[in-house]
Amino acid sequence: MGSVIDYSQKRPTYAGHADHGPAKGLMRWVLTTNHKDIGSMYLWFSFAMFLLGGSMAMVIRAELFQPGLQIVQPEFFNQMTTMHGLIMVFGAVMPAFVGLANWMIPLMIGAPDMALPRMNNFSFWLLPAAFGMLVSTLFSEGGGPNFGWTFYAPLSTTYAPESVTFFIFAVHLMGISSIMGAINIIATILNLRAPGMTLMKMPLFVWTWLITAFLLIAVMPVLAGVVTMMLMDIHFGTSFFSAAGGGDPVLFQHVFWFFGHPEVYIMILPAFGAVSSIIPAFARKPLFGYTSMVYATASIAFLSFIVWAHHMFTVGIPLTGELFFMYATMLIAVPTGVKVFNWVSTMWRGSMSFEAPMLFAVAFVILFTIGGFSGLMLAIAPADFQYHDTYFVVAHFHYVLVPGAIFGIFASAYYWLPKWTGHMYDETLAKLHFWMSFVGMNLAFFPMHFVGLAGMPRRIPDYNLQFADFNMLSSIGAFSFGATQLLFLFIVIKCIRGGKPAGDKPWDGAEGLEWTLPSPAPYHTFQTPPEIN
Amino acid sequence: MTRYSSAWTGLLLWVVCAQAQAAWTVNMAPGATEVSRSVFDLHMTIFWICVVIGVVVFGVMFWSMLIHRRSTGQQPAHFHESTTVEILWTIVPLVILVVMAIPATKTLIDIYDSSEAELDIQVTGYQWKWHYKYLGQDVAFFSNLATPQKQIHNQAAKGEHYLLEVDQPLVLPQGTKVRLLVTSADVIHSWWVPALAVKKDAIPGFVNESWTRIDEPGLYRGQCTELCGKDHGFMPVVVEVKSKEGFATWLAERKQVALAEQELSSKAWTLDELLARGEKAYLSNCAACHQPTGQGLPPMFPPLKGSPIATGPLAGHLGIVVNGKPGTAMAAFGKQLSDVDIAAIITYERNAWGNALGDMLTPQAVRAFKQAQE
Repeated sequence: MGSVIDYSQKRPTYAGHADHGPAKGLMRWVLTTNHKDIGSMYLWFSFAMFLLGGSMAMVIRAELFQPGLQIVQPEFFNQMTTMHGLIMVFGAVMPAFVGLANWMIPLMIGAPDMALPRMNNFSFWLLPAAFGMLVSTLFSEGGGPNFGWTFYAPLSTTYAPESVTFFIFAVHLMGISSIMGAINIIATILNLRAPGMTLMKMPLFVWTWLITAFLLIAVMPVLAGVVTMMLMDIHFGTSFFSAAGGGDPVLFQHVFWFFGHPEVYIMILPAFGAVSSIIPAFARKPLFGYTSMVYATASIAFLSFIVWAHHMFTVGIPLTGELFFMYATMLIAVPTGVKVFNWVSTMWRGSMSFEAPMLFAVAFVILFTIGGFSGLMLAIAPADFQYHDTYFVVAHFHYVLVPGAIFGIFASAYYWLPKWTGHMYDETLAKLHFWMSFVGMNLAFFPMHFVGLAGMPRRIPDYNLQFADFNMLSSIGAFSFGATQLLFLFIVIKCIRGGKPAGDKPWDGAEGLEWTLPSPAPYHTFQTPPEIN
Repeated sequence: MTRYSSAWTGLLLWVVCAQAQAAWTVNMAPGATEVSRSVFDLHMTIFWICVVIGVVVFGVMFWSMLIHRRSTGQQPAHFHESTTVEILWTIVPLVILVVMAIPATKTLIDIYDSSEAELDIQVTGYQWKWHYKYLGQDVAFFSNLATPQKQIHNQAAKGEHYLLEVDQPLVLPQGTKVRLLVTSADVIHSWWVPALAVKKDAIPGFVNESWTRIDEPGLYRGQCTELCGKDHGFMPVVVEVKSKEGFATWLAERKQVALAEQELSSKAWTLDELLARGEKAYLSNCAACHQPTGQGLPPMFPPLKGSPIATGPLAGHLGIVVNGKPGTAMAAFGKQLSDVDIAAIITYERNAWGNALGDMLTPQAVRAFKQAQE
């Protein structure tokens, strides 16, 4: 039980390995096994995917700017919604967290690198292959995947465009990459902690990633299973999901959501962890309830496996099933509430300052909680009959993913950028980035609650006039949120190229082994394990 | 004159009010049934509980952010755990959840009780239209989007019920418990009318049950809510509720129409009559995929203009329309359409867009083909 850790230790020397720094040229990046290089590549890749998936969102919002069909036809609109979802989930959010894990977990637990460096390289380089293939389907005859990121059969099997086979292969590659990444993270955390770094002394980011990695190993094979069943139905004459052949289209949804619900937590738990480091740093006060935070994370992970059918309240599951999944889903509010209360208690009677990481972290707590409230509403099965598959759901999951996952990533990026680059980022621009993102994001997604409650279904390219005003507002918000992200790119590049030198510990309230290292962190770190008292 | 002008003023006022109300609607409507009202109450209850929790949590947070700042010279406290408060803020939310769960369970049990229905209707989703069959009444029809393409493509002003209007609504009697048996002929759809709080997925191979009892006559509008392909956004649901007498009259009329349709299939048709009927039937049943121009949307939806099937032997053409093409989006229309409509559509397809074969197919030949298959 030690949430306050004394990191006083002798500083090791790094000169011993100065003779073999990074290799020169392109091959450094292709062949690297260094966790910092691979972490950077993951982060850059995820940002590229964030911009690509974001451009697709811009197409969607441009079409929905006004009623009527103006810019794209319904077939292409469906490809955009599908690809936007797939790219953001598998290409932007998940790799960003793996990138943060690669960079920070070894630094936080005092390890010299990830436990399986070569596999680390492979799991990254699978991703460009997977997404190259996925995105290329947009240019194929018949178009890319157009059945939603949830790809319900039989729309994604019997009725799918031919490119679905490439989609299946791409999902397999992403799954292999994620499983390898997860194995690597578990192996690192369980084996490479510095002496004295007991499990209950680990920073919460390490804890939440450990739990996330187990979730990944549990559910990515299920996703691989469901796409393989699709492949069999499409090419090998089976009828897993075809009612005409004695199969069951609802089976698809059960298998998909058994993956899909834990996946939701895969995308948020690492953000919980990062924010649990950032809020104490800027409140200058230790995290409140460290132990309960760990248990709450584990409870959320456990519950995530027994709530999947709340995505399927309208498919006609029996009353008892409906009640079970409703009660189980409502229970998630308890550990999630514990986390929010702990964050607020951490802030209480602190000595707070609001640099960019803290702004994003505080917005995370507030807006994620709003997403949690709408989640609780959605858990109530009879009410869900009205919310299900409307824009209310779109508002809900964007509130947990954008100010949740994405703001968590921005907070982490600003918090650790000085450690990565050795320079302070431009605080004024970063605050501007925050406020523009905050306003744009709320303007884009808050009105979606209203149109959803008023009856607008999701995934439609055109709508009745009663939804026009709020849709226009949403589009304006989305455009401004999207454009603002180019500012983030500028801030990061500016920070890499120069800026005020960051000391070892640029944040006076920050805790953790990473701040005992010089900035920028040397290519090789902790080759001699640090001592933790 | 005054009568007309007051009617016009009334209409205008109604339109303006409806517009003003509709444009900035921020909440769910209570709806038109007992179930929809209890769902609405449930929605508002949870909403207010969330608001209260939000005000307390965010209140503490904002207070802290205003007061506990370094810039105001605050010294940080050092407390970092308390088992008592952790237990407290685990137990209190649990109690609140139980309070929410009780009314939710009651409403759900009520929604699931579809027993003792007085009227059974089979609702079948098709890409991209709904089919309604009044079980035991010999009445069945498709309900297609009625909004003109010109409005969708911004060549004409959009009407008030843009995308929420159909050629033939589902007609239901007032104050009657109606059981809906929801299924699908192709992909998964979902039948939703917000005012009834009924949303049920239409799944091929499954028959889902739901029910409703609507108090007031009127028109209730909704949409398909499960992504079902290209025209998912263009398959509305409209329910017209009539008084019990009005419904009985309507049902009797529909039965007459159905009888007249049956007689049509034994009538001797001319090419021109078939072409005229075929064009209409083609536009409401085939044009969504094969397009009004017959050029399709290849490769998912092949063109019919100059196609080997539409310009080849009649039997092959008939076979594919009746039985569909397994493994593709081409559905089997044999059971969906009347013999007359199949004959008319095939005749039209063979003589439109430059497919000038000049031949015709009679309803009698369609019937003979279907019987030979059985």
